[in-house]
Amino acid sequence: MTAAIDDAIANPAALKRTRRPSRFLAALPSYIQATPLALILGAFLLAPVLMIAAVSFWDYDFARLYPDFILTNYAETLGSWVTWRTYLNTLKYAVIVWALTLFIGFWVAYYLAFHIRTATMQMVLFLVCTVPFLTSNIIRMISWIPVLGRNGLVNTTLIELGIVPAPITWLLYSDFAVVLAMVHLYTLFMVTPIFNTLMRIDRSLVEAARDAGANGWQILCNIILPLAKPGMAIGTIFVVTLVMADFTTVQVMSGGQSASVALMMRNQMSLLQYPAAAANAVVLLVVVLFMVAGILRVVDIRKEL
Amino acid sequence: MTKTTKRNAGISRRSLLKTGAAAAGLAAGSGLVTGFPMIWAQTAITLRQFGTGVSNLNDIAAKCKEDLGITLEMTATDSDAAAQRAVTQADSYDIADIEYWILKKVFPAGVIQPMDISKLKYYDKIVPLFKNGKLTPDSVIAQGTAPHTVGFVEKPGDTTFAAAETGWFTMVPTIYNADTLGIRPDLVGRDITTWADIMDPAFKGKASILNIPSIGIMDAAMIMEAMGNIKYADKGNMTTEEIDKTIDFLIKAKQDGQFRAFWKSFDESVNLMSSGEVVIQSMWSPAVAAVRAKGIACKYQPLKEGYRSWGGGLGLAAHLSGAQLDAAYEYINWYTSGWVGGYLNRQGYYSAAMDTAKEYMSADEWGYWIEGKPAEGEIKAPDGKVMEKPGAVRDGGSFLERMGHVACWNSVMDEDRYMVRRWNEFIAS
Repeated sequence: MTAAIDDAIANPAALKRTRRPSRFLAALPSYIQATPLALILGAFLLAPVLMIAAVSFWDYDFARLYPDFILTNYAETLGSWVTWRTYLNTLKYAVIVWALTLFIGFWVAYYLAFHIRTATMQMVLFLVCTVPFLTSNIIRMISWIPVLGRNGLVNTTLIELGIVPAPITWLLYSDFAVVLAMVHLYTLFMVTPIFNTLMRIDRSLVEAARDAGANGWQILCNIILPLAKPGMAIGTIFVVTLVMADFTTVQVMSGGQSASVALMMRNQMSLLQYPAAAANAVVLLVVVLFMVAGILRVVDIRKEL
Repeated sequence: MTKTTKRNAGISRRSLLKTGAAAAGLAAGSGLVTGFPMIWAQTAITLRQFGTGVSNLNDIAAKCKEDLGITLEMTATDSDAAAQRAVTQADSYDIADIEYWILKKVFPAGVIQPMDISKLKYYDKIVPLFKNGKLTPDSVIAQGTAPHTVGFVEKPGDTTFAAAETGWFTMVPTIYNADTLGIRPDLVGRDITTWADIMDPAFKGKASILNIPSIGIMDAAMIMEAMGNIKYADKGNMTTEEIDKTIDFLIKAKQDGQFRAFWKSFDESVNLMSSGEVVIQSMWSPAVAAVRAKGIACKYQPLKEGYRSWGGGLGLAAHLSGAQLDAAYEYINWYTSGWVGGYLNRQGYYSAAMDTAKEYMSADEWGYWIEGKPAEGEIKAPDGKVMEKPGAVRDGGSFLERMGHVACWNSVMDEDRYMVRRWNEFIAS
C-alpha cells in the first residue's frame, strides 16, 4: 500500500496509467450513447458545412471547379456593395418580421394561456393555429397574389366601395408584400415556444402579485414578461434564421424586384458559380451564428429546457 | 460536389414541355426494352440523349423506337446544368441536345465530335441559316452567337470553329424560334411597334423583363438600341462599358418604377400576363399560347428592330464509335427526315429541314404555321388540343418573315462573369 503510494508520488504518470483504463471503461456507456447523434450530426451537418467551407476557396469557370486555395470568392463577396446592400435588406426584413411576429405571437400565446380556461379548449385553439400548416409553404404564400394584385380582392373591393379611385399597386410586388407573407408564414414559430413557457408559469406567482397589490400591467411587466423570455428567445431564433435564409418568399412576393442573401446565392448557383455561393454561405452562417450567440447572451434559454 | 447539382429551377421554356415527357420517356423506354425477348434486348441500341431542347419529347422517343428500333433515353436539364454536364460528364450521354451558345462554351473541351456531312442524308435540306447565317441570299447576318459561326470545324479533333462551311458539321440543327415581346392587346391601348415601347411612361409599373441574365441582357440591349441610347458593336458580345451603360439604364428604369416584376420561370410570365399585372413583357412563344388558352387576349408582337432568336441542335459525344456511332447517324438522319420536323412546326417552333417536314404536315397546317396564311380549319397542337380557330393568322407571319428578321441570337459573352455580377446589382438595387 505505502509502496504503491510512494511509487505514485515518485512517478505520477504511473498512477495515471494504471487508472486510465478503468476511467475509460466507466465512461464507455456514455460514449456509446452519444455515438448515434454524433455520427448523424457529423455526417449530415458537420461534413457538409466543412465541404462548403472548403469549396468556398476553390476556383471555377463556367463548368468546372478547380480545387485551390484562393480568396477571390471572399474578396468579391465582401468587396461588393451589392452584398452589403443585400445583407442590409435581409436584415431589414428580419428586424421588421421579428418585431411583428413577436408582438402578434406573444398576444396570441398570452390569450391562449391565460384567457382560455380549459386545457382542452387551449389545445383545440392551438391546433387551429396550426391549420394553415396543413398546406405547403408555397401555396400559403402564392395565395396572397390573387388577394393583393392589381385586379385582386382587396383592390376590387376598395374600388367598388369608392374608397380609392385606382388600384393600389404597392400591395403586391413590394416590401410590404414580402413582410406580410413572412409574418403570415412565421408567426406560429413564435406562438409555440411562447405558449409553452407561459403554460409553465406558476399561477400562484400571479396570485401572490395580485395579493401584494399589483395591477394587471405590473403583473405583465414584472412577472409574465420576464418568465416568458426563454420562449421569446427560442421563437426569435426560429424567426430570424428562417427570414435570413429565405429566398422563395422574397422572390415571389417582391416579383423579383428585391434581393435577399439566399436569393443571391441561388442566382450564383444557377450560374454554376458554386465557390462564390459557398463563400456567401459561409459569410451568412457566421452572421447568423453571431446573431444567435447574441440572443443566447441576452436570454438563458436553458431555463426552458 | 459537381455531380450533386440538380436543381429545381422552376418551369422554364426548356423544361416545361418535356420534364414530364422525359420522365415518362425513361419509363416507357425501359418498359419497351423489357418487353422484348432477351436476345433482342441485348443487341438493341440505346442512345442516351440529354439536353435543354424543347425537342426532348416522349412522342419523339416512342416514334424513334417504332421506326428505327433505337431506344432513346432522354434526360432534361436547364441550360446551365446542360453546359456543365456536357463538359464534366462526357461519358454520361451519347447525344447532346443543346443550344448553340452552349455549344460555343463546351465544344472547345473536346467532348463533341463533328459529323461527316457525307453521312448526313438530308444535309442539303437544312436551311442555309445554319450554314452561312443567311435565311435568304440577301439576309443580313444577325449578331450574337449565330449558329453558323459555331457550326463547322476544319477537321475532326479541332477545337476552334471554321470560318465557313466545311465537310464537318458540329451539330445538326433541330429546333429554333424567334422571340419578341408579348403584349395584352386589350390593355396596352395603342399599337406596339418597337422594343422601346416597353419603356413608355404609359406602361409605368406594368412592364416586365425576364430575370435570366444571359437572355435578359439581350432583351435590354434590344430596348437600349431601339431607344437610340447606344449602338452596340455586337449585342451578343458586349464590352464592359456597354454592359455598364445597359445595366445603369436598367437600374434607373427600375428605380423609376417602370417594372412591375421580373420573372424567372415560365409560369410566372404566364401569371403576370393573364392577371393583368403586366401588359407588356419579354415572353416565350409557348407562354403566349398558354395565356391565350385561358381565353385572354395575348399577342406575340413583331417589332421593327427584329427578333431575339435561339436555336438548338444535336451533337455527337466524342466517345461514340462503331455501331453506336452508326446508330447515332441513323437517328439524326431520321430526325431530319420529316416526322419530327412536322411535329415541332406544329408546336410553333421551326424545323431545320423544312422541305422534309412539309410532307408530314397538312396544307392548312403548313399554310398557318410556315406561310403565315389564315387558318382554314381549326389548328390543333400535336396532342389534339385546339390552338387556333379558323381565320387566325400567326403573330409575325410567315417563317421567312419571322426568321428573316432576327436581330440577335442568344449568346455567351466574353465578359460573361462581369455581366452576371452587374446584373445581380440591377436586381439588388
